[in-house]
Amino acid sequence: MTFQPGDRVRVASRAHQGHHRTPSYVKGKRGRVERVCGSFANPETRAFGADGLPEQVLYQVCFAQEELWPGSRRHARDTTYVDIFEHWLEAE
Amino acid sequence: MSEHEHDHDHAHDPITSDGEPPAAARTRALEELLVEKGVVQREDVRRGIDHLVSRSPADGARLVARAWVDRDFKERLLADARAAAHELGLDPGPSPVVVAVENTETVHHMVVCTLCSCYPRALLGPPPDWYKSLPYRSRAVSDPHGVLAEFGLEIDNDVELRVLDSTADVRYLVLPRRPEGSEELTESELADLVTRDSMIGVAEPVAPAPA
Repeated sequence: MTFQPGDRVRVASRAHQGHHRTPSYVKGKRGRVERVCGSFANPETRAFGADGLPEQVLYQVCFAQEELWPGSRRHARDTTYVDIFEHWLEAE
Repeated sequence: MSEHEHDHDHAHDPITSDGEPPAAARTRALEELLVEKGVVQREDVRRGIDHLVSRSPADGARLVARAWVDRDFKERLLADARAAAHELGLDPGPSPVVVAVENTETVHHMVVCTLCSCYPRALLGPPPDWYKSLPYRSRAVSDPHGVLAEFGLEIDNDVELRVLDSTADVRYLVLPRRPEGSEELTESELADLVTRDSMIGVAEPVAPAPA
């Protein structure tokens, strides 16, 4: 496990061919690890008939709404929490 | 259908969305193939669908009502919702992690699955159609206050609105705030106030009838 709760991270902004569970709206965005959810089969290979091993660590990452949707009218303290697999996260 | 570019003659039928929706046709074809190959029996499919639609928000409401009357249970629910469901004899479903999040005076949670329709089905039953719709899935993250306003819910400026996007293996259940005026109600009367939408975080529980 690379990250701990409280760590600052950035979501990789790479494109991905095929099934993956990292929504576009968080790619390249900075957030903070909120919790470690556990290790789970990798949906990117499982979607194509493989066993999804090795498992990947899944993190719940907190983003400020202002980071995700800059400049739009919203309340300053609003947040969005997204579950993201470790291989999509970079240390910030 | 809108106009589209062509580099071929029209040997095929017009591509329209009339009749059976493409996803339904694909699902039917897949089921027929799996049955034909002996991977599943038609009866398995029927039983699976029956099981899915037999679930209802009543189970989730029991968890919420117990948490409202029992502080220790609430702590256990917030620590591990799967274990808390087992404690009440409820089936939390196949998801390995179910997380309950508590709405308070300072934080309001709402749940979405922007990528598809992930939802704690075992505890809440099948998700409503709007939960699976593209407008909800996109606007819940880009304009959550606007979405909540359309559900009739205004979030005060000093409350943090926290949107949970269940993109992977975790399923989220909102523990709504206990309504004012419900102090005298029994646990089962409290459960009647807990709606599906209040456990998704797009509504408050029903207000109790005035005494």
